[in-house]
Amino acid sequence: MISFSQVTKRYPGGLEALRGVTLKIEAGEIVFVTGPSGAGKSTLLKLIAAIERPTSGSVIVSGQNVGALRPRAVPYLRRKLGLIFQDQKLLFDRSAFDNVMLPLAVTGFERREAARRVRAALDKVGLLAKEKVNPVRLSGGEQQRLAIARAIVHRPAIVLADEPTGNLDTAYANGIGELFRSFNQVGVTVVIATHDEAFALRMKPRHIVLREGRLAS
Amino acid sequence: MRIWFWNHLDALRTTLARLVRTPVATLLNVSVIGVALALPVGLYVVVANLEGLARSLGSDPQLSVFLALDAGPADVKRITARLQQHPTVREARYVPREQALKELKASTGLADVVDSLPGNPLPDAFVVLPRDPSSEALEKLRDEVRGWPKVAHVQLDAEWARRLEAGLKAALLAVSLLATLFAFALVAVTFNTIRLQILTRREEIEVSKLIGATDSFIRRPFLYYGAMQGLAGGLAAWAIIWGGLYVLNGALAELSRLYAAPIALRHLGMEDSGSLLAFSAALGWFGSWLSVNRHLAAIEPR
Repeated sequence: MISFSQVTKRYPGGLEALRGVTLKIEAGEIVFVTGPSGAGKSTLLKLIAAIERPTSGSVIVSGQNVGALRPRAVPYLRRKLGLIFQDQKLLFDRSAFDNVMLPLAVTGFERREAARRVRAALDKVGLLAKEKVNPVRLSGGEQQRLAIARAIVHRPAIVLADEPTGNLDTAYANGIGELFRSFNQVGVTVVIATHDEAFALRMKPRHIVLREGRLAS
Repeated sequence: MRIWFWNHLDALRTTLARLVRTPVATLLNVSVIGVALALPVGLYVVVANLEGLARSLGSDPQLSVFLALDAGPADVKRITARLQQHPTVREARYVPREQALKELKASTGLADVVDSLPGNPLPDAFVVLPRDPSSEALEKLRDEVRGWPKVAHVQLDAEWARRLEAGLKAALLAVSLLATLFAFALVAVTFNTIRLQILTRREEIEVSKLIGATDSFIRRPFLYYGAMQGLAGGLAAWAIIWGGLYVLNGALAELSRLYAAPIALRHLGMEDSGSLLAFSAALGWFGSWLSVNRHLAAIEPR
């Protein structure tokens, strides 16, 4: 599903975030990428979503060489992915419902079917009762779950999450972990980057550890 | 196809909502565009009205042929025959000197002056309509008839109308120059509006790109916005000119009563109004297209 071969990413300014990383993630796997801050976890996810391009090496996502993708093809790659960001990137000028609607709106989904799917996604993360609320008025955990609903509403084959449990307490983090596991159980490939090793260990999945841009295990 | 249609309808709906959500800014932009368009278009309306007037006055170029005062009935007969047989003459109408005097008395209000004259000072005359209304053919005919015996004077009647027409052509050119300038202003205004919009919607654009929105999807509402704003500006210009003509025609009504002739300025016809609106919408579209192409690429998610 996702394979890295000898991938190096050097940012302008000389910072080397990844150094010769080679790894493979099969379809239907759930994988945790851990390591201290600055180890290259976010960069790894950004390379999969074509937000960054590798300096050398190749990143293949479901048969496509992401590094060589033409700009026009990037949107179609991203529609196969569900992205969850550290800073959530919710839009505060519209309701929770409309935030989750966004991925369906950009693909021109039929309206009634889209509304049904949005409600299903909100229900899945337990926010159905708050569909009309502006995300500003949601708690941190609720905002995170709203971001998750937006990432899965278009039923992507791959979900990428960057620090999904960032500032959440353990109980809440476990809830979100269970949510990802349930996506994985219906066949979605899940890649989660987190510095929270305890959280990763509790989930007992396959585990990739990065240290200073290299694979550590 | 249906999805495509819904997509566009959706973009149109959100665009209208955006226009309405910021009424003051929208109103200001629309009036700037309206005023900018109203200037050249208003001038065009004035020129078009004058052109219509010139055409109604000078549409039939004709020659007036005045005979010498001592020409007798035999001369008249001879010249009538010669004119009617001439290959370039379509019609020659004889105006006897008595009738000319009567017409002069009736039409110009100079009855007292005419009555005080000892005799009829007017010569017999012909009004000649040529087959070919071009000025070269007219001048040739004039030069020929001028040389005939007992012909005192030949006059080209449409000359002043032609001069007016030439003047109006120059005025029309000035209008198009002005229109080009103001069209540029419209594009600039739209460019800037869209630039500000893109800046304020930066986050939304970034998120849209991250979740797989194509560039054309992101561009669409801005293009619609530019076109709608241009269209609204065009409507405003139309309304401004309508109002201006209403006021002017009120003043002209008085003049029209004094001259006992209908004088009124006509507004743009259906076709011209249509082109005004289409043109302003297209310019708005173009301005936002320039702006979107220039500024959207700068927003890439990091």
